Amino acid sequence: MQPLTTEQIRAVIARGKLKDTIFKALGLFCLSIGLLVIVALIVDMFIKGSERFTLDFFMNFASRRATQAGILSAWVGSLLVMLVTALAAVPLGVAAGLYLEEYAKRNWLTHIIEVNISNLAAVPSIVYGLLALGIFVYQFGFGQSILSAGLTLALLILPIIIVATREAIRAIPAMIREGSMAVGATRWQTCRYHIIPYAMPGILTGVIIGLARAIGETAPIITIGALTFIAFLPPVPFTGEPPAGLFEWVMSPFTVMPIQIFNWTSRPDPAFEVNAAAAGFVLMVMVLSMNAVAIYLRYKMRKNIKW
Amino acid sequence: MQIHDNPALKAEARNLNFYYGEAKALKGINMPIYDKKVTALIGPSGCGKSTYLRSFNRMHDLYPGNRYEGEIRFFPDNTNLLSPEVDPIEVRMRVGMVFQKPNPFPKSIYENVAYGLRVRGENNKRVLDDKVEHALKGGALWDEVKDRLNELASNLSGGQQQRLCIARALATDPELLLFDEPTSALDPIATAAIEELVHELKKRVTILIVTHNMQQAARVSDYTAYMFLGEMIEFGKTDEIFLKPKDKRTEDYITGRMG
Repeated sequence: MQPLTTEQIRAVIARGKLKDTIFKALGLFCLSIGLLVIVALIVDMFIKGSERFTLDFFMNFASRRATQAGILSAWVGSLLVMLVTALAAVPLGVAAGLYLEEYAKRNWLTHIIEVNISNLAAVPSIVYGLLALGIFVYQFGFGQSILSAGLTLALLILPIIIVATREAIRAIPAMIREGSMAVGATRWQTCRYHIIPYAMPGILTGVIIGLARAIGETAPIITIGALTFIAFLPPVPFTGEPPAGLFEWVMSPFTVMPIQIFNWTSRPDPAFEVNAAAAGFVLMVMVLSMNAVAIYLRYKMRKNIKW
Repeated sequence: MQIHDNPALKAEARNLNFYYGEAKALKGINMPIYDKKVTALIGPSGCGKSTYLRSFNRMHDLYPGNRYEGEIRFFPDNTNLLSPEVDPIEVRMRVGMVFQKPNPFPKSIYENVAYGLRVRGENNKRVLDDKVEHALKGGALWDEVKDRLNELASNLSGGQQQRLCIARALATDPELLLFDEPTSALDPIATAAIEELVHELKKRVTILIVTHNMQQAARVSDYTAYMFLGEMIEFGKTDEIFLKPKDKRTEDYITGRMG
């Protein structure tokens, strides 16, 4: 092949750069579709619901009159359900992830378990709802309570936490583990002093992303029978007569934000649409602030962890 | 390979074979390790010197599929370090290790050194303070860090980090200290400091050091072993190995015709 002349080289470069530009424009377009839709949605809900953003809206119970209806029981319910979810899912998920990474022997059984954790993440949430209805609500007799809902959502986000834990652990270099074992530490001492603390930023991020997913779940909560009209609050957690009183709140009936929204959108009176939009916006703010906290914590905790 | 007027034995490999799965990495190694002396392991990359070193603290037990045959006798109690009845954790409590790349924990300088003691259940602040100071002095790092013990170890330079890792290993008074190419990630000045430290340390601990650098072996060690393809080719006093090697392969390696 003849060597290219300078002219030809320039032509080749120009063709290459044209493709560069085309792809750049295309990529930006695709990116903005996703972003614009979510921004439009949030802005739209904000504008539609703007007349409801008063203190009363947050402090009122549900009502037959749209203008007097509020989301008090819904946001309190959401927070309490999330508390139960986190308390159940975090220890289970972290322990499972730790076991798989640090203790489990690499054999076919571990392999099957690993594949099925991914499968677990793909199970439709309504199926978890059915499972929970049978087991938590009836078999264990927890009823249509905060406890049942929290445990259901905990199952739902367990795979997310397990996967996040494993990835965070895998990012820790082998030389740290070896350094610890070389002074005579046991596996557990290595986990307790090194693996768990160094994996914590990644684990926390996974936990919060899981919770952000759980707080918006509607289907499994409806399945286990959350009520849509709750005009009272559960007892304040951890304040009753110990020991049983401390946990009275977990057995309380409840509603959560997505259910309240779903309820309002299915009413014939268009005034409730305003409520639904306002509540939708509040839910979005809750989810986005959880993500913001996750990002902040990750940044903050990673600063001190360098290899 | 009869060597007279030798000091006491600290350890001895007897017909040691080692397998990574099916692959045989060490072939019938016999070698003495003398008490309070520095023994260097040299040889080309992949000759098994690190594999051999890591057998002394059962590091291979951390990964599946590894298998030892033969013995490493440890004195004065004549324990076989490789015996399945001997807990690898017990072995690691007696045999310390310094790695190729400095690997301080992302914790404070103090906690890095105190870690081995904490693992042994020591929580008394005064005892810890004492031993940490002693170990840092042993690692020739005390003067540089005594005013900032609570700072992160990652703020130290590479050479300081490696001396911190030596202090971490010293804190628990090991009987044998393993060095796996401890200066390969360091600049010449930091390297000189580590070599000087090794020289100092042999007063209190037996040292086994893997090195890529023959000058380093000549400078720091009393005994040298040349390994090739998983075999122990030659072992002897360092000056004898370097000045009049008996084996042709050793001579080729040392004179730079190979490796």
